[in-house]
Amino acid sequence: MAENNSLVRVEKLVKHFPITQGVIIQRQVGAVKAVDGISFDIKHGETLGLVGESGCGKSTTGRTILQLHEPTAGKVYYDGEDLTTMGESDLRRLRREMQIIFQDPYASLNPRMTIGDIIGEPLDIHKIGTAKERLERVQELLNLVRLNPFFIKRYPHEFSGGQRQRIGVARALALNPNFIVCDEPISALDVSVQAQVVNLLEELQEKFDLTYLFIAHDLSMVRHISDRIAVMYLGKLVELADKDELFYNKMHPYAIALLSAVPIPDPVKERQRKRIILEGDVPSPAKPPSGCRFHTRCPIAQDICKVEDPPFEEKTPGHWVACHFTKKAQEEML
Amino acid sequence: MAVADLELNSSITQQKERSLWQKSMDRLLRNKLAVISGIFIILMVLVAVFAKQLTPYTYAEQDLIANNAIPKWMLFIMPEGAENYANFSDKFPLAADHLGRDLLTRTIFGARVSLTIAFAGSLVSLLIGIVYGMISGYAGGRVDNLMMRVVDFLWAFPFLIVVILLQTYFKAIASRSGGEGMGGAFINLNNQMGGLLFLFIAIGLINWLGMARIARGQVLSYKQMEFVEAAHALGANDTRIMFKHLLPNILGPLIVAETMAIPGYIFTEAFLSFIGLGVNAPTPSWGIMIQEGVQALRSYPNQVLLPAIALSLTTLAFNFLGDGLRDAFDPRQIDK
Repeated sequence: MAENNSLVRVEKLVKHFPITQGVIIQRQVGAVKAVDGISFDIKHGETLGLVGESGCGKSTTGRTILQLHEPTAGKVYYDGEDLTTMGESDLRRLRREMQIIFQDPYASLNPRMTIGDIIGEPLDIHKIGTAKERLERVQELLNLVRLNPFFIKRYPHEFSGGQRQRIGVARALALNPNFIVCDEPISALDVSVQAQVVNLLEELQEKFDLTYLFIAHDLSMVRHISDRIAVMYLGKLVELADKDELFYNKMHPYAIALLSAVPIPDPVKERQRKRIILEGDVPSPAKPPSGCRFHTRCPIAQDICKVEDPPFEEKTPGHWVACHFTKKAQEEML
Repeated sequence: MAVADLELNSSITQQKERSLWQKSMDRLLRNKLAVISGIFIILMVLVAVFAKQLTPYTYAEQDLIANNAIPKWMLFIMPEGAENYANFSDKFPLAADHLGRDLLTRTIFGARVSLTIAFAGSLVSLLIGIVYGMISGYAGGRVDNLMMRVVDFLWAFPFLIVVILLQTYFKAIASRSGGEGMGGAFINLNNQMGGLLFLFIAIGLINWLGMARIARGQVLSYKQMEFVEAAHALGANDTRIMFKHLLPNILGPLIVAETMAIPGYIFTEAFLSFIGLGVNAPTPSWGIMIQEGVQALRSYPNQVLLPAIALSLTTLAFNFLGDGLRDAFDPRQIDK
C-alpha cells in the first residue's frame, strides 16, 4: 500500500475513547471504539473523500491523523515522518503543513476575536513576519477567499455562515499548508452557499497544490470533489476506490446500500432507481458486533460473517474491500 | 472579485464594527434600573473615598452631652412620647448615637468598610476562583476530579465556625508572641486595618469556591468548541489557549456571578460585625452600627434606620446591576 507519491499514510490507526465509572477512583469499564484499525494513504495533490453515517468515526479519523486526538494505536506518516511518536516541538513545526477546516462555522471562530486576529493567529503563533507583514498577509488571505479586506476589524457574529466558513478556510491557509482535513466543511451551510465553498476549495487546491481529506456525508458532493472515496462503517473502512470505480463497480453491501441513496438527476432513471433500505440502527461503537461489523444489518450475511472479520483487501487494482461475499453482494443487490 | 464587490454593498459594511463586549455594554446601558444602580454605586464609592472631606466630624469623635441627640424634624419617625425623653440638638444632621458620635459621619465611613469588602472580596474570589477553576477544567480527568473534590470538601465546612476559629487562633498567637514575629505582624496589620484583614481572609476563603465551579464549568463547555481545537491544530500552546481563547469567553458569566455575590459579602461583613467578629471598635461598619442601634431600638429607632437603609440600598443596587449584567451577557441574546 505504501506508494512513493503518498503524502499521508495511515497504518492500522486505532482510537478508543475510554468509558469510566466511579466518583473518586475512576476505573475504565469499556471503550468507544470510534476508529478501530484503519489503513489508507492519501496521494500528493489528491482529494480523498471519506463518507459514512453519523457516528461512524469519520471526524475522529481526521482529528486523529492531525494528532488532535492522541491515537490509541497505529501510525500516521506525513511525508515519511511518523507523527504518532513525534515530540511536541516537532509536531508544532509540522502543524504548519497540516490544517483543518471545521464543520460548524459558528463554533470554529472565537467570538471574542476580530477576523484579523483569527486569521493572523497562526502567523502570531509561529512568529512569522513583522506586524505589518502579517497584516498584509491577512489582507491577501481575505482576498483569496473573496472576502473584503475591509472586514479585518469585524467580529465573527457579523458574518453569515458561508462567510464564516471562508474565514475558517483563510485561517487554515495562513501557513501555506500542504494537507488540509476538511471535516464536513459544507454540512452546516445552505445549499447555495455549499457550492460556493466547494468551488473555492477546488480552486485553492489547484492554485496551491493542496491535498485534501474531505469528510462528508453528502455523497453527491463527495463524488464531485473527490478523486478517491473511502467508505467507513462503525470505525472500519469497508471500501476504498477511485470515485468512478466506486460508483460503477461497488462491491461492499454497505457501500451499495449507501450509494443507492444518491438521487440521479435523470427523472426516467431516477424512477427506476433501486433503493436499499437497511434494517435497524448502527450498533453502538462501545459494543461493536463480532466478526464483520456490518453483519447485523447486512442483507446477504452468512454464518461466517458473525465469526470472522473480513480482511480489507485489494480485489482489483486500487479497489479495496472488506467483505467475504463481494460477488454475491453485486449479484443480489445491484 | 464579484463576491467581494457584492459584499461591499451589503448591510454589513454600513454598520460600525462592534465586539461582543461593546454589544453587551450597549444592552446594559439600555437597562434603566441597571444604569441607575451603577450610578448609585459610583456615588457610594465617591462618598467612601472622600469621606473625610464630606464631614466635619470624625467617626470616633464624641460629644458626650449630645448622646442620642436627634434633630427636631426627626420626631415623626420616633416612637410616641419621644419628645419627653429625647435630647434635641441640631448639631448632628441625622442624629447621634449613644456615645454622641455623628451617625451620618459613621454611616459614610461605614461605606468604606462595606465597599472595600465588596471589591476586595470579589477581586480575591475572582482571582483564586478563575485560576483554580480554569486549571481544573482545562486539565480535566483525574486532576479535575481531585481539585473539585477539594472544593466540595471546603464547601461543606461550616463558614461561621471557620471564621470564629480564625479569629481566636490569630488572637491567641498574638497574645502569646506579644506582637512579635509572623503572627504578631498579622495582628498588627489587622488592627491597623480596623479588623478588616481577618474579614478579607474569611470572606475570600469561602467565596472563591463558587467562582471556581463556574469557571470550571465554563471552561469545560468552551474547551470542546471547535475554535479551541482550531487553535490546537495551529500549534497554539496551553497558555495561549487559556488566556486568548478561553478566558475572554468565560469572563461574562463570572462577572455576573461576582456582582450577584457582592451583596452576600456586604451582608457577611455586616453579620460578622453584628455578632462581634467583624471590624474592631471604633471603626464604623453598617453591621456594627445596626448592632449598637438595636440595643436602643425602642427608644431610638433612627439609630438602626440610617445604616440599615444604606445597607439595603447598596445591596439592592448591586443586585439590580447584576441582573442587568446577566441580561447583557446572556448568550441567548448574542447575534440579536
